Amino acid sequence: MKYAIIPKTDMPRWFDSLKRHGKIFGPKKKEHQYVFRPINEFEEMSLVYIPTILPPKKYYFPQKEALLKFSIDPYKTDKAIKEFEEFILFAVHTCDIAGIQCMDVVFNDAPADPNYLNRKEKMTIIGLECMSYCDSYASCTAVGNHVPRGGYDIMLTDLGDAYAMHVNSEKGEKLAAGKSYIREMSEADRGRLKRAQDEKLKKFHNEFNGDIKSVERAFDDGFFSSVWQDVGRRCVGCTNCTAVCPTCYCFDIADEMSMNLNDGVRARTWSYCQMDDFAKVATGEDFRPGRDGRQRHRYYRKFKYPVAKYNKYFCTGCGRCTRTCMAKISLIETVNGLLDERKGA
Amino acid sequence: MKTETSYQELLKTSPYKPVKAKIVKTNKYTEFEKLFRIELDGKKDLEHVPGQFVQVSLFGVGEAPISVCSSPTEKGFFELTVRRVGGLTTAMHKLETGSVLGIRGPFGKGFPLDAMRGNDLLVVAGGLGIVPLRSLIHYILDQRKDFGDVQILLGCKTPKDMLFGEEVEAWQKRADIKFNCTVDRADPDWKGNVGLITSLIPGASIEPKKTYAVVVGPPIMYKFVIVELLKKEIPGHQIIVSLERKMKCGLGKCGHCQIRGVYVCQSGPVFTYNDLQQMEGECHEGECHVKA
Repeated sequence: MKYAIIPKTDMPRWFDSLKRHGKIFGPKKKEHQYVFRPINEFEEMSLVYIPTILPPKKYYFPQKEALLKFSIDPYKTDKAIKEFEEFILFAVHTCDIAGIQCMDVVFNDAPADPNYLNRKEKMTIIGLECMSYCDSYASCTAVGNHVPRGGYDIMLTDLGDAYAMHVNSEKGEKLAAGKSYIREMSEADRGRLKRAQDEKLKKFHNEFNGDIKSVERAFDDGFFSSVWQDVGRRCVGCTNCTAVCPTCYCFDIADEMSMNLNDGVRARTWSYCQMDDFAKVATGEDFRPGRDGRQRHRYYRKFKYPVAKYNKYFCTGCGRCTRTCMAKISLIETVNGLLDERKGA
Repeated sequence: MKTETSYQELLKTSPYKPVKAKIVKTNKYTEFEKLFRIELDGKKDLEHVPGQFVQVSLFGVGEAPISVCSSPTEKGFFELTVRRVGGLTTAMHKLETGSVLGIRGPFGKGFPLDAMRGNDLLVVAGGLGIVPLRSLIHYILDQRKDFGDVQILLGCKTPKDMLFGEEVEAWQKRADIKFNCTVDRADPDWKGNVGLITSLIPGASIEPKKTYAVVVGPPIMYKFVIVELLKKEIPGHQIIVSLERKMKCGLGKCGHCQIRGVYVCQSGPVFTYNDLQQMEGECHEGECHVKA
């Protein structure tokens, strides 16, 4: 069963059947925004949502994660987490799935990260295709993430009264198999899916003033652009942009002692290149002083460095950095600024 | 056939898990700099290349990246010389013979020994730069026949800041290397050169085509030394430096040590002058604002 159909009325039943597989996390409304939360009942979720405050990253690369257990005397070390648990991410947008694909590349790159790989192995991804823009901050079309491009176990596409299911892995196959209410896709269904996706594509357009190749060239030439001074002047250094990014993975490592002052854990926590002491060493030397340089670094880590290293853009187009910025620094405007400067030159 | 698991295999369990090690000797050179001779569990060799660093782990305090200052030709132990400056190094200075600590690594790329072999070497050490360079110097002296002419230029602030005093005296006496040193500020007993390390370079006799210059010192030093080396017409790929950065994980992941697209902990800390030119705008001003 590669393509299937599930009526919307049967979604709660299917959702209940998924609980046997593992804990489910999905999008939920929180005041005027959305968040990924543990979900017990299907109805708790908001399936039409703008990208959540934090990406689902917190489940496969937690804000704080123990790497090592230790005791000082006698010297002992042990793996911090013995068993990782199965879990399902439900209704993940294609931008956030692209984010997971980026993280896969980073943490598989030698030397591989065992904590990430263990969590990833226990993760099932059920995607939800966006049929229209979430809001004007998204730039998913520019990086090609407005359409599903793999990296999920099942992808759901809204067909009105039903969802089309693209079953994309053995794990996905197991979750969809043997359900009387999930049927194989007919020729007519395929036609409906194609029409829905064609209609959708009419609503999406490249958000940048140039194609992705010209963006790449703009970054090649734009390291000393005045765009960065402008962004640096406006940036307040709050680090929000890096905290909400689905492909930011920088971290710090610190030891935490228990009350006996002999045993403890070594844990990693998210860290951000936008913090002013991020590249500062103990002697006081700061190797990336200035918000202009730090903001530039963030952009180059999305549009240049990973392209050279992994042939992959690390901007997923989710728009979170723009949505959250207290100084209203816009990713689309910044990239367009680089493009325009190049055109003008 | 190897029956023991090698140190590298031990690490594979988790790259974040340090290997147990023991301090077997210490030597306090100055108020701030102290040498530690360290034995890995089972007296295994570190298997490092001069120029690489390790992460020193003190549980409850954390980790810090420290350059190895002994040569891989010295078996059964390795040595670190640590300046007391931050949290971990302050805690480490309190340790004495018999103390236990954790070691991860070695990390990064060391000096390009294969390329350097057969060539002349000009070693330029400023301040604490002598620490990673001591690893290279020991290595060269242990395999002296493999290298051409060897000159060592050493600079420090005052005679009191001089590290490895007895060794330095022995280097001075050797007939098979040239050694020269200078201090920024002399004291009444000092009989040697006074002035910046750059003042020693013009007088050095060099065959630029077959000379590798290896330069390690504080960030601000590189600019001035490299200019002098370029005047001597040493090719950019034969000018070798080692950069200081905030290496945290050592695995090319945590991001703190990055220069443009380069993770210093994996691709460095050793770079060539040609590499530095690719890093413009993300280097310390002393490191790469060098024009010939």
